[in-house]
Amino acid sequence: MLTASYLLAALAVVLAWPAPVALSRARWTARSPFTALVLWQAIALAGGLSMIGAMLVWGLAPLGDSLLEALGGLWRVVFGLPGASGLGIVHVFALSAAALLGAHLVFTLLITAAKVTRQRVRHRRLLNLLSDPSPSDPKTVVLEHEIPVAYCLPGFTGPVTVLSRGLVDALDAQGLRAVLAHERAHLEQHHDLLVLAFESWHQALPWLPTSRLARLAVQDLIEMLADDAALEQVSAPVLLRSLLTAATGTAEALSTPGSVAAAPTEELSSRRLKRLLSPGDALPAPVRAGVLCVALLLLCIPTLLLVAPGLLG
Amino acid sequence: MDLLWDGPDALTANDLRDRLAQAEGEAGKELAVTTVLTVLARLEKKHLVTRERSNRPHRYRPVMSREEHTVDLMNEALGTVLDREAVLTRFIGGISADEAQALRRILNDTQSA
Repeated sequence: MLTASYLLAALAVVLAWPAPVALSRARWTARSPFTALVLWQAIALAGGLSMIGAMLVWGLAPLGDSLLEALGGLWRVVFGLPGASGLGIVHVFALSAAALLGAHLVFTLLITAAKVTRQRVRHRRLLNLLSDPSPSDPKTVVLEHEIPVAYCLPGFTGPVTVLSRGLVDALDAQGLRAVLAHERAHLEQHHDLLVLAFESWHQALPWLPTSRLARLAVQDLIEMLADDAALEQVSAPVLLRSLLTAATGTAEALSTPGSVAAAPTEELSSRRLKRLLSPGDALPAPVRAGVLCVALLLLCIPTLLLVAPGLLG
Repeated sequence: MDLLWDGPDALTANDLRDRLAQAEGEAGKELAVTTVLTVLARLEKKHLVTRERSNRPHRYRPVMSREEHTVDLMNEALGTVLDREAVLTRFIGGISADEAQALRRILNDTQSA
């Protein structure tokens, strides 16, 4: 059991720092965003599992050689039954830490989800009052403002794509189709769930620098996926033109003092734009399969080490 | 809300009821003042309207104008208020001036080609 706990700890360290840093710098991710997203999710899940698992297995080590045996031993210790072997104070500490971390991650996810849902509901309520449904598309509304923006608001009552009057006036039919296809991809592929998961991961462990890296990388990748969906309907120049219209409108609005607040947004989308301007070839299928296998392994290894640490004995 | 935003001054519940009934025509004749009051109470709880209690009957006015609300929504959409991308997903955020210029140049080249 001890060996298993050390291996889990080593895996946790690798997945906490070098692996995310390497993945965020990798260039192949732009060529296959879907595969990259799967890998990111595997790293985050396996990382959490390893962190909790390392402490859990280490804390249970004196109680038995396999997880089941050790849990039985823990039961006996907790209820003062005969045949219980002692746990040192450090072991109890490790077990508490494991339980706390697990609870912390789950609670942060729930709290973040609640907060996001509340903000969405409030925004949606005002949107319903202030916008008009678009004549051409039932799930789209138009907001009366001259700054060109487009965004989608996910929700249980029915996701909605929002375009401003400024954007509708500035784009032609093709350009609008690009925007709508892009936003619809976000909604259909449920990117908001991914963003929520990584946002809560970052909120839970803000001191882990890679949690911020992961969130930024995931945001980039889902934009690439949505761009791909738009490219199935329009050509790259059309999409780029729409992006430019929306982006420059935003930039102008933020630089002029007046009705809209002047705090600039941090995000720059250079990777995404470069990808549209000079698309590389897609990642060859064997490489994609290889990455997916690595992701699967990443999930299986900590699970195995957790469940059957005696295998290493 | 539309009536409150359009109305030049604060309105009483009775005024609102009359104007709504006028707007609805036949169907509006059934509208009761109590219904209007219930809706107004709900809107007040959501901080969309506020009540002047100086003299009865109370007069209702909107908390913010239509434009001010729209500006609020735009601020959220532009990312100056809400958490980045967790609540809504923007088409594109900001790009630097250099990028915009380069992009414009490339697009013009492709167009003329």
